[in-house]
Amino acid sequence: MLEASPWNAERAQEIVTKHAGLEGPMLPILHALQEEFGHVGESAVPLIASALNLSRAEVHGVVSFYHDFRHEPAGRRVLKLCRGEACQSMGSEALAQSLLGRLGVEWGGTTRDGELTVEPVYCLGLCASSPSALLDGEPLARLTAATLAEAIDEARGL
Amino acid sequence: MTRIFIPKDVAALAVGANKVAAKIAAEASTRGQAIEIIRTGSRGMHFLETLVEVETGEGRIGYGPVAAVDVASLFDAGLLSGGAHPLRIGRPEEHPFMARQTRLTFARCGIVDPLSLADYEAHGGWRGLSRAIEIGPAAIIAEVTKSGLRGRGGAGFPTGIKWKTVADAPADRRYVVCNFDEGDSGTFADRMIVEGDPFSLIEGMAICAIAIGAAKGYVYCRSEYPHAAKTFAEALEIARAAGYLGADVRGSGHAFDIELRMGAGAYVCGEETALLESLEGRRGIVRAKPPLPAHKGLFERPTVVNNVLSFVATPLILDRGGEFYAGFGMGRSRGTMPLQIAGNVRYGGLFEVAFGLTLGEIVEEIGGGAASGRPVRAVQCGGPLGAYFPPSLFDTPFDYEAFAARDGLIGHGGLVIFDDTVDMAKMARFAMEFCAIESCGKCTPCRIGSTRGVEVVDHVIEGVKVAENLALLEDLCQTMKFGSLCALGGFAPYPVLSALHHFKEDFAPRALAAE
Repeated sequence: MLEASPWNAERAQEIVTKHAGLEGPMLPILHALQEEFGHVGESAVPLIASALNLSRAEVHGVVSFYHDFRHEPAGRRVLKLCRGEACQSMGSEALAQSLLGRLGVEWGGTTRDGELTVEPVYCLGLCASSPSALLDGEPLARLTAATLAEAIDEARGL
Repeated sequence: MTRIFIPKDVAALAVGANKVAAKIAAEASTRGQAIEIIRTGSRGMHFLETLVEVETGEGRIGYGPVAAVDVASLFDAGLLSGGAHPLRIGRPEEHPFMARQTRLTFARCGIVDPLSLADYEAHGGWRGLSRAIEIGPAAIIAEVTKSGLRGRGGAGFPTGIKWKTVADAPADRRYVVCNFDEGDSGTFADRMIVEGDPFSLIEGMAICAIAIGAAKGYVYCRSEYPHAAKTFAEALEIARAAGYLGADVRGSGHAFDIELRMGAGAYVCGEETALLESLEGRRGIVRAKPPLPAHKGLFERPTVVNNVLSFVATPLILDRGGEFYAGFGMGRSRGTMPLQIAGNVRYGGLFEVAFGLTLGEIVEEIGGGAASGRPVRAVQCGGPLGAYFPPSLFDTPFDYEAFAARDGLIGHGGLVIFDDTVDMAKMARFAMEFCAIESCGKCTPCRIGSTRGVEVVDHVIEGVKVAENLALLEDLCQTMKFGSLCALGGFAPYPVLSALHHFKEDFAPRALAAE
């Protein structure tokens, strides 16, 4: 995963301005901000509100509605582990519980060394190759506890 | 120069297709053999991924499932001339999983290079659009209506009627919106076709745009599909450069362009009005209907909102005629449905077939039963809001009306298979939990009902006042079913009630036995 840049109001303003001319620019702006800074923080809200002629409350309402937008940066790597029914039919819940237990985190949590965030996802469209996950955007399927641990270690350079 | 085809569909990437491709390139180079590797979509036989195909004198010969460690032995066995090897499956189209299919929508998927315009044209691409330009809006709509095509997103609304409604609505501008927010667990047909044959979606949307008089289209893609989004974005640029999109679509005088927009992880945005709200930049909150999106949709303009598969079906309908398409299927379910056989299943993947197979044929004959080798106990049909069917209902034919008659739905065509280790009370609880997580919050039955539903199921599982709580659960489900604004709250009772009715023994067995 690319390292997120630290917050920079000028750069953020540029991003907002660049997309403000689109029809319905809100989600493209939020995605672009998150891609740049790794999250959509409170400081971004007034910038967007002013550019789109909305109240801060309206902008905050949108940011907080969608599961994707983070309020603080994630760990260096992000694992999205599928919890959909197809993955459950192949034992994904036990897989998830053992992983979360081993890492000592809850769903959505980040390991204490800041290396890995584990998030639930509801379907990756890999339902005939369950259980599945995305690790920093790369798909993984037919996971077992061993192959999942191996993929995580490999990503962390261990 | 031997051509080798290796999928780049995520279902193949997720099991190491890139490593296989790299190893094949390296091995060929070491052995001084000239090959060209072409990356395709997936054939849909996910149990054979990574499926490697080699072009030979007798057609393409497939090998699968191939892992990187198998590559050297494949070369030793004469891979490039289709040599014998334990992984050799012969011609993929003659594989039993493929031979029973009718590939109309997925005809090109897994065969062509998804981003090659030459491949697309060579395999019948753009013929539907050419005919659409030739015959004009009224005749396009007549053709689509005649085909009997119904919305493949799940609701099954007749596509021709929707297009006509939008075309007839007076407006200064109209929109084409493609719902690519394929959030149902157990479904991947939209993803597969966009990754494997993206031009067909562009062609289908362009046909719709000409039919309704729209100049702008949006594809709303879920963020869980980054690979499909990337492929589609590239396809848009290629199509634009070649004049299939832009100010004058293929010299027709029609202006039409498509913009790709990404969702942000909200399941409810697969509901068409929530999707429109999201596109406009607001919370994905469901709108009350009427007004229908066909009258007041995106930015209050008449809008066609169709699923990916609905659009992708239309080029063929235009090319071959509505009657050709309507010649497949049963009852009021015409044409083919790309089934997605998923979960705990031996032969999982995409199986496109005319409506009418029974659920048992699909699960046992085609799917080969559970991957675990244990007996199949339940099949969830139609995504997280679909009913669980027990084997005693396996005689149900795959048809919109037949499923509805048994309190189920075919939805987007996903079938998730569970073996006999499944705890159906847990699955019922999960359906309520999922609804609570994903509810947009606009209507009370869904917002509050789903949370109360989790609690009531928990009480039942704990054995607290089981009979009273089960009665309460039934009542709550009726309220959600009839009182919710959209299908999220309205259909969440399907998995809950079907689990309860068909698998009662899983709900607090000890307490029930005592009562």
